[in-house]
Amino acid sequence: MEYFIQQLINGLTLGSIYGLIAIGYTMVYGIIGMINFAHGDIFMLGGFAGLIVYLLIMTVFGGAPIAVALLCMLIVAMAATSLWNWSIERVAYRPLRGSFRLAPLITAIGVSIALSNFIQVTQGPRNKPIPQMVNSVYTIEGISISLKQIVIVIITVALLAAFWYIVEKTPLGRAQRATEQDRKMAALLGIDVDRTISITFVMGAALAAVAGTMFLMYYGVIVFTDGFVPGVKAFTAAVLGGIGSLPGAVIGGLLIGLIESLWSAYFTIAYKDVATFAILAFVLIFKPSGLLGRPEVEKV
Amino acid sequence: MSAMASTMNNDAILKVEHLSMRFGGLMAINDLSFEVRRGEITALIGPNGAGKTTVFNCITGFYKPTMGMISMQQKDGKSFFLERMADFEVTRDAKVARTFQNIRLFSGLTLLENLLVAQHNALMKASGYTVLGLLGFKSYKDASKEATEKARYWLEKASLIDRADDPAGDLPYGAQRRLEIARAMCTGPELLCLDEPAAGLNPRESQELNKLLRSIRADNGTSLLLIEHDMSVVMEISDHVVVLEYGQKISDGDPAHVKNDPRVIAAYLGVDDDEVETVRHEVEEGAN
Repeated sequence: MEYFIQQLINGLTLGSIYGLIAIGYTMVYGIIGMINFAHGDIFMLGGFAGLIVYLLIMTVFGGAPIAVALLCMLIVAMAATSLWNWSIERVAYRPLRGSFRLAPLITAIGVSIALSNFIQVTQGPRNKPIPQMVNSVYTIEGISISLKQIVIVIITVALLAAFWYIVEKTPLGRAQRATEQDRKMAALLGIDVDRTISITFVMGAALAAVAGTMFLMYYGVIVFTDGFVPGVKAFTAAVLGGIGSLPGAVIGGLLIGLIESLWSAYFTIAYKDVATFAILAFVLIFKPSGLLGRPEVEKV
Repeated sequence: MSAMASTMNNDAILKVEHLSMRFGGLMAINDLSFEVRRGEITALIGPNGAGKTTVFNCITGFYKPTMGMISMQQKDGKSFFLERMADFEVTRDAKVARTFQNIRLFSGLTLLENLLVAQHNALMKASGYTVLGLLGFKSYKDASKEATEKARYWLEKASLIDRADDPAGDLPYGAQRRLEIARAMCTGPELLCLDEPAAGLNPRESQELNKLLRSIRADNGTSLLLIEHDMSVVMEISDHVVVLEYGQKISDGDPAHVKNDPRVIAAYLGVDDDEVETVRHEVEEGAN
């Protein structure tokens, strides 16, 4: 039982990270109907930004309180990654809007390759470790929860709340939802659709950057290929939850995290990715609209 | 606002001059000129395929016309050339709003939200592009209260206030049309373009629509340009009718004049076989 609960906690932590990345996939899909395959690399980029900030703090300022360091890492990573994603959208995706559906998808794969190679060249191909930043562990009745797990879950919950508020309650969120439903009509009501789409990319990137920084903190290591597997898993999470649905992305992320950690705990860790991607296949076959997605009904 | 409407000055709010729109080999609109006068309801009528919706699409930035000018003269004297503007600028800066033949509401958003989306630019500015709004600045709270009040005013006017928090997709057809008009009005237009507002409405809904359109003109001083097939609506509410056939203007004047114009009768309303000769005779007489 303790073992199970332990795995549950590990799964939720991992799931929070996947959920944050999945939101980026699902939002972009919702608003322009495109799977941004470069989103996983944006996540990896966020991790590297966090790493660089950490090293700067350590070398230039000779260290700082953990909370301050973490906050700086998060903020800089969010800003840098947002700028990257904004530029990518501007340069690579916007000119293709109105082109056939496959064009931006293929471009996204190209951008993904370009980003990971860019990091490989500039940061080197080896694993980049950072020392344990937060290492207290609390043990309650045989179940150990590390402080970093608590930090990850708290940051995720706080971000999701802020994010939910923006989407549901602000004019910006309303414009995003309107653009999602009928882009042309939104433009006719005076909404600058291009700008709204750019902001969507920026928001997705900011969340991915947080996920990247927390991934770095959790595993203590990052490498240029780290965008791929977590990225595809977060994509699986978005599909499982119902692509286009924000709560679906979060729920999908948590489920994928849980499945992965429980599978590793009770079966074999070598096949954990197989388990996750088998789910992707099953969802696509049996419930393509996902858990919370609305099936597309074409009116005739 | 109402003072504006009562001073029925006859200056033009919208001038369409020598407008032509070509799609490949098809001349959808051919050298069309007409005016929409401020404070009036102008109807654009014509048989199917006459190019009415194409005119609308040119006015609202959907199409770039092949030739010609469309100028919008605002109350405060600012003027805009609509054919040079992007679609969102036509609404935001030139203050021209439109509705569609097939209803295009945001069906997943509530009625209130639909009307708030239409006030996006004002709210965005007031919320300091979301940042100040998130920090809870008073200016944003005031603006958002004002926007909600404006939305409620229009819901009231369209007799939809009871359903403010329902998703727009749940409304019956006639109510969706009124909501679409209310939404267009929330953008604060000086000219409202309606593409077949009465299509598919039952007689009672049609009456409610007429009432709404008249009150828009009377209370808000907004000028209206509408495409309509339902002749009872056209004759009842419009001050000025422009008739198109094959992309060209064949008649222009008040409803009574247009109704008796033999070219219109022949082209648009259609005539019985045994009357063709009479109409042709009348047309020839008119031409001489």
